[in-house]
Amino acid sequence: MNARLRATFEEAVLPPLVALAVAFVAGDLLILMYGQAPGAVWRLLFDGTWGKAYGFGQVLYKATTLTCTGLAVAMSLRAGLFNIGAEGQLAAGGFGAAVVGLWLPVGTPAIIAVPLCVMAACLAGGAVGAVPGVLRAKFGAHEVIVTIMSNFIVLALLNYIVSAKLHVPETLHTPAMHAGAVPRLSGVIAGFHGSAANWTIVIVVAACAAAWWYLFRTRAGYELRAVGLQPDAAEYAGVRVGNTWRNALMLSGALAGLGGVNFVLGYKNYYEDGFAGGAGFLGIAVALVGRNHPLGVLLAALFFATLSQGGLAINAMVPKQIVEVLQGIVIIAVATSVPEVRRVLRNAAGKLAGGRA
Amino acid sequence: MTAPTTQVPAVRLTAIEKRFGPVRANRGASLEVRQGEIHALVGENGAGKSTLMKILSGAMPCDGGRIEVGGRDVTGWTTAEAIASGVGMVHQHFMLVPTLTVAENVVLGREPVSVGTFDRARAIRDVEQLCEQSGLIVPPDRLVADLSVGEAQRVEILKTLYRGARILLLDEPTAVLSPPEVAELWKVLRRVRDGGATIVLITHKLDEVMNVTEQVTVMRQGETVARFSTASTTPEGIAHAMVGRAVDLSVRAGREGSAVPATPSAPALEVRNLVVRGPRVERAVNDISFTVAPGEIFGIAGVEGNGQTELLEAIAGLRGVTSGRIVLGGADITALGVRARGDAGLSHIPEDRHRRGLILEYSVADNLILGRQHHYQQRGVLDGDAIASNAAAQIAGYDIRPADATLPAQALSGGNQQKIVIAREMSRPFTALLAAQPTRGVDVGAIEFIHDELRKARDAGKAILLVSAELREVLTLADRIAVMYGGKFVTVLPRSEANEEVLGPYMTGAKRESAA
Repeated sequence: MNARLRATFEEAVLPPLVALAVAFVAGDLLILMYGQAPGAVWRLLFDGTWGKAYGFGQVLYKATTLTCTGLAVAMSLRAGLFNIGAEGQLAAGGFGAAVVGLWLPVGTPAIIAVPLCVMAACLAGGAVGAVPGVLRAKFGAHEVIVTIMSNFIVLALLNYIVSAKLHVPETLHTPAMHAGAVPRLSGVIAGFHGSAANWTIVIVVAACAAAWWYLFRTRAGYELRAVGLQPDAAEYAGVRVGNTWRNALMLSGALAGLGGVNFVLGYKNYYEDGFAGGAGFLGIAVALVGRNHPLGVLLAALFFATLSQGGLAINAMVPKQIVEVLQGIVIIAVATSVPEVRRVLRNAAGKLAGGRA
Repeated sequence: MTAPTTQVPAVRLTAIEKRFGPVRANRGASLEVRQGEIHALVGENGAGKSTLMKILSGAMPCDGGRIEVGGRDVTGWTTAEAIASGVGMVHQHFMLVPTLTVAENVVLGREPVSVGTFDRARAIRDVEQLCEQSGLIVPPDRLVADLSVGEAQRVEILKTLYRGARILLLDEPTAVLSPPEVAELWKVLRRVRDGGATIVLITHKLDEVMNVTEQVTVMRQGETVARFSTASTTPEGIAHAMVGRAVDLSVRAGREGSAVPATPSAPALEVRNLVVRGPRVERAVNDISFTVAPGEIFGIAGVEGNGQTELLEAIAGLRGVTSGRIVLGGADITALGVRARGDAGLSHIPEDRHRRGLILEYSVADNLILGRQHHYQQRGVLDGDAIASNAAAQIAGYDIRPADATLPAQALSGGNQQKIVIAREMSRPFTALLAAQPTRGVDVGAIEFIHDELRKARDAGKAILLVSAELREVLTLADRIAVMYGGKFVTVLPRSEANEEVLGPYMTGAKRESAA
């Protein structure tokens, strides 16, 4: 069992760590180019995020959304599909939650309102994800193309609905919801005061656990992963591959949509045009670095949230765009290093293992 | 052992090491091939033969050891350098452009040029000349797409010769050929050899070794364990070296006519007027009808690509039928899905275990329930205990090694991977079994085992439809034999009337009678 754990570490955990190391070295060089001391900048970044309660709260808040979009991309990748539409699905989920919150009568108890809003978010995101799913299953339309395009359609459609029908004058957001608000964490931990961290994080961590359970403990997950690894073998095993693709993209959309809850129920209590702000696209990086594993996604989301929040903290010394460069480096490093690192490590493992029959 | 040679060997590989992760594909493998000989490199699947040849041809680097060609140290060379030095590999899978002509394929990458443009006339002339020299006759202006498999292989060899190869490496060249085509290939290879070329032939068929080669090197588990002069050894001796123990070859090759007297009961599997579309042909299976009785092995022989794959996929439910009916145990299953057919009593050993039969990344335990996963669940949740106890039972019952249910299937050898498929498909209740190439890429020891399992199932009253490209396998196992050619059965014979000489002409399409 020890060898198994070691193999898992070498194959799944080490590549992202190597990527991070590469990013840190590149970050050092960038900081030096600005004539600053890397140590001081990194310290500032740490102090502004994990180093103080407000910063940490913001990291948690951002990580909550990123976990959802990361899970969404990971779920589709496990079925062998690339969902690039998490951005639009995230926005649709937020919009769905806001509309239901607006539609509920004032004073609806949270125990009823929150689940309804969460369900609405998942349904809205899932509906957006179902379109490429069905097109793929029925007509073989490539999901990458369809999901990319669905982002434009969904975002433009929401922009139209909000600006033409549902906005508060002089703004691009909907009126505040009547019910369904999720309380901030600062209500329990005073240090979080001012940060947007809220109880949605509990729902999202539960979603992570549920996604893991679904993938690795249910028959549907067994079949979904089979389709992703070897569609011909899955077909041989009696799995309806097209249906599995459709379900995977629907589920993926629902997970992305869940991310909208964080902003709408937990932070602003209304839908605001453009709130997704690239978190859907960053979900692709989260899934990649997290190796499509729910736990990995959770950790990767924390990492990218730290970078994003840390950018604000170091802005005084170096431009905050530096963290976007770092994000890019991490993504490229993971995407390119993974097979390579694996090969090298396997060879090393082979040397250690010695003569095997 | 052979007499020591005074001349420089054409190829000398010393202590070659190659690892793929935890697997050591080559462990100090050594090979010495003399100028102008046909040298067989034999061994079970996974013994490291192809790896060794890929290293020699520059297709992959080795982790250790020394490569010498013509006395020159060329360790770590590239494919381009190997070709320039006259070492060329003819691959098992053809690498030809179907939309180009034979001549265009042969000269591809080294096209004759006049005034900056492709000199087609010269290309055709050159190829014609090469055909004549080598005896590899293919019309240079035909499209490769229109060629038979045997002809396509000739083009592959021509391509290698055109690039000036003096040392030819052939990876299992007869796998896709009919007996007459094989005989033709040997003629050509001897002629090429007589022209001064050196040939290394990878194979696991012992009759080929005895037939055409002068020297044999045997590989086992990445090592070169023995070297014989062909004339001074026997198939038994080579087989012994291949598996490391004595093997009773008579079980493989011998006649096993102990068919249970077919009780005139209702057929277990019946196919009526089946027409199936193929990837390129409208009627890959062209109006075929047959029955398989309980306690009978019905064998389909034939060169691959004559509709066998489409026929079996259609029966299994993996491919739609154009017309016709499939009846299993009296019930029409034509309209059922794959899973429903399985539950109705159809078992299926697919021809390609890597593509269909296994999910290589899944554990042995998870692979042992593939296609049966709906029987290992409660309300959608997989029953881990049931999966584990099933795995333990199958691993013990079918001697799957290593006996670790949590290993990914890809960590197992080809023979043990196939045992996973066999265990899964034969341990569950079934009426009829589709066995497609059940021993492909499996070592000699596992072949015996698989054949025994098939006979046991037959004797237990199961109906077995066997499709194999190995004519000998069909002859060994089947009670009745059909030969499939061009989507039709060109003959159906009882085992007693069939042998290689009788079936050969049918397999090439040279002879046909009204289909049964």
